[in-house]
Amino acid sequence: MPAVVQLEDIHKTYDSGEVQVHAVRGVSLTLNSGDFMAIMGASGSGKSTLMNTLGCLDRPTRGRYLLDGVDVSGLDRNELADLRNEKLGFVFQGFNLLSRTTALENVELPMLYGRQRASGRDLQTRAEHCLQIVGLADRADHFPSQLSGGQQQRVAIARALVNNPQVLLADEPTGNLDSKTAVEVMGVFQKLNDQGITIVMVTHELDIARFCKRNLIMRDGRVVSDITVADRLFADAELQRLRDAEAAAKLTD
Amino acid sequence: MSKRTLNILLPAITGALFVAIWYAVRFSMSEEMRFLLPTPGEIIASFQANGTELGRAALNTAEGALLGFLFATLVSSAFALALSVSSLVRISFYPYLMMLQMIPVIIFAPILVLWVGPGLKSVVVITFLICFFPLVVNTTQGLVSTDRNLVELFRMYRASRPQEIFLLRAPAALPYFFTGLRIAATLAPIGALVGDYTAGSSAGDGGGLGFQAIIYSSQAKYPALFATAAVTCVLGFVFVALVLSLSWLSLHHWHDSYERTDN
Repeated sequence: MPAVVQLEDIHKTYDSGEVQVHAVRGVSLTLNSGDFMAIMGASGSGKSTLMNTLGCLDRPTRGRYLLDGVDVSGLDRNELADLRNEKLGFVFQGFNLLSRTTALENVELPMLYGRQRASGRDLQTRAEHCLQIVGLADRADHFPSQLSGGQQQRVAIARALVNNPQVLLADEPTGNLDSKTAVEVMGVFQKLNDQGITIVMVTHELDIARFCKRNLIMRDGRVVSDITVADRLFADAELQRLRDAEAAAKLTD
Repeated sequence: MSKRTLNILLPAITGALFVAIWYAVRFSMSEEMRFLLPTPGEIIASFQANGTELGRAALNTAEGALLGFLFATLVSSAFALALSVSSLVRISFYPYLMMLQMIPVIIFAPILVLWVGPGLKSVVVITFLICFFPLVVNTTQGLVSTDRNLVELFRMYRASRPQEIFLLRAPAALPYFFTGLRIAATLAPIGALVGDYTAGSSAGDGGGLGFQAIIYSSQAKYPALFATAAVTCVLGFVFVALVLSLSWLSLHHWHDSYERTDN
């Protein structure tokens, strides 16, 4: 399998006034196409810095980062941004949707900028297709405030998909959601992963990480554990279990 | 009782109580002092007597208020955009904006009359000056209060600076803009009235409500003075209603301040 992401001995140091913060201390990591990894760790463990490095939002102080074979360290700001928009999709904890625009327009947003501007119709078809993937085709003309939290996050996922990225980076994507909605969103990720998209997400919830294929645990800027999930959870089965439990609770009332 | 009935009934009761107290005060006054507080009936009668005069004056004031208000909206929006570009620009201009607001317009009125001439022009300028500050402050605040995450999102997608301003910052500033507009809408008729009071003239199209107030008070036509106040009040309501409907039209389908029931 080809490596989509290759990190070699990545270091990141921040200068915050007089104190130097060594956020990431030598992380090497290979992500193959089709990987589905959860990065876990306490706050300050360096997982956010690692995520920013993966997202080309932050340059490593030392080390080499190959994204789909391209050495990122040699690129200038604009090249970096182009590469980012072409290869990566981002999902955030707080959804980050524009409240005055419909779901469809929110999904179209990343296509409005950058080098390859799509034509109006092509833009809409692609956005509609992405909404369909996340199961919200019938909500295209809804405003974010008319959607539930889970639906809003699914719109955000559709937005991340619209440029056909190879890697989806999600920062605590279920952090603002209740447990059942979180499982639904993980179901969307699992479906996307089955279709071949590589996914990396940060989470601090152990049971959410169990929906991934691989769990990476960080501490003090280093990787302390990198394991394949043995007892992986599947969203469809989990949702069925939740429904059954709900039904049982109703019967005993 | 339904909420809707209460919504009508309660203000009606307060209103009736208020009128009752009004009459009570009036009839507790000695006979020769009663001219100081005309009854609602007398005020309505003076409406009928001075209707055309008041209507014409109201239209003149409305014209001055509307022009000053629109002018202030346009200029303040452009100014707010300039201020939002950098905090350095804001720091350079804010003290003077404050000064503009602190200096009572009435002091400028006589000189304004000399600069632009009495009548409508002065009224428009005075209304403009009174409306400008709340508009520019609120709109600027809105333009710089955009959600940091969304700004970063736009920068991440490499949106251009104009795209960031017109697709993100300006629409996100709309609720703030309308807050400013609502304040300005209550100020505009008062501004026009003050302007008319200090710089109005009977020349040409005739004076506005402020000018009319001077005439009525000099003639000791107190019921007519109350009628003038009522007309100004109505004018204010029209302005605010206009802004509220505009605000509803542009915000109701996405902003949290308007409750939605559809889903």
